[in-house]
Amino acid sequence: MKARVLIRPKAGILDPQGEAVQRALPALGFEGVANVHVGRMVELTVEDASQIEPMCQKLLANPLVEDYEIVLDT
Amino acid sequence: MKFGVLRFPGSCDDVDALLAARRVGDAELLWHGERDLKGADAIVVPGGFSYGDYLRAGSIARFSPVMESVIAFAGDGGLVLGICNGFQVLCEAKLLPGALLPNSNLRFTFRQVELEVVQEQTAFTCACGLDGPSPVVLSIPAKHSWGRYYADEQTLADMEGRGQVLLRYAPGHNFNGSSNDIAGVSNERGNVFGLMPHPEHAVDELTGSKDGLCIFASMCLAVEAARV
Repeated sequence: MKARVLIRPKAGILDPQGEAVQRALPALGFEGVANVHVGRMVELTVEDASQIEPMCQKLLANPLVEDYEIVLDT
Repeated sequence: MKFGVLRFPGSCDDVDALLAARRVGDAELLWHGERDLKGADAIVVPGGFSYGDYLRAGSIARFSPVMESVIAFAGDGGLVLGICNGFQVLCEAKLLPGALLPNSNLRFTFRQVELEVVQEQTAFTCACGLDGPSPVVLSIPAKHSWGRYYADEQTLADMEGRGQVLLRYAPGHNFNGSSNDIAGVSNERGNVFGLMPHPEHAVDELTGSKDGLCIFASMCLAVEAARV
């Protein structure tokens, strides 16, 4: 099964990358953009989708500072 | 007194750490794939880019065979010093609270920083104020992209209350945006310590400062005191 894990900075933690992108957009004429956050995506194929959650806890994300979301591609 | 200095693929400050440790004691490199700490009395997890910093800095090194032994060593009360990438590894290994995030200025920054020694009676700082005025201020270089120390409010309050913040950036020197100006923290037990600046690069007047040497000298004093 193919899956994607979307990892982003936890709400409330300063995200300077997101802020830099947000500041760049109006310069290109894109107005009204807010709450820009930059994270990363891990794509993987697994036999047992129930393993992904512990993978996130142990390695893929740092739950202290990051939220993650598991998306199963059916 | 013998230091064991870890070497991961991508470590680059391991030799400086080895040479700094040798100014105050014996020291030997320990390869990441080995579990044998070779009788080391204290461990240094050096700076660099272990395993390419892939995923997150320190996240993969934390699972290396040598780290299993270091985690057990720390559990037995052994002294463990993590510098820069080593600090990140120790946080990922949960030997230290908190995490290191990208610098708030988003730049790799290399500069000499001044650090206030907040706690002078610890295994990592007890030699720092021996022949100078108090409070002690150390001048040490820092060089990193991911050095913004972060812990949640409750953790910070608990750490401050327990005296786990050993080093703070002096006013005007917190270039990375660390919470509470924190430059170096210990665990609750006081035997594991991590800092972002590099004491191993400041051990000779030739390079501008030898203030970093007192961190290694402190560890020696602590190990020898524990033997008596």
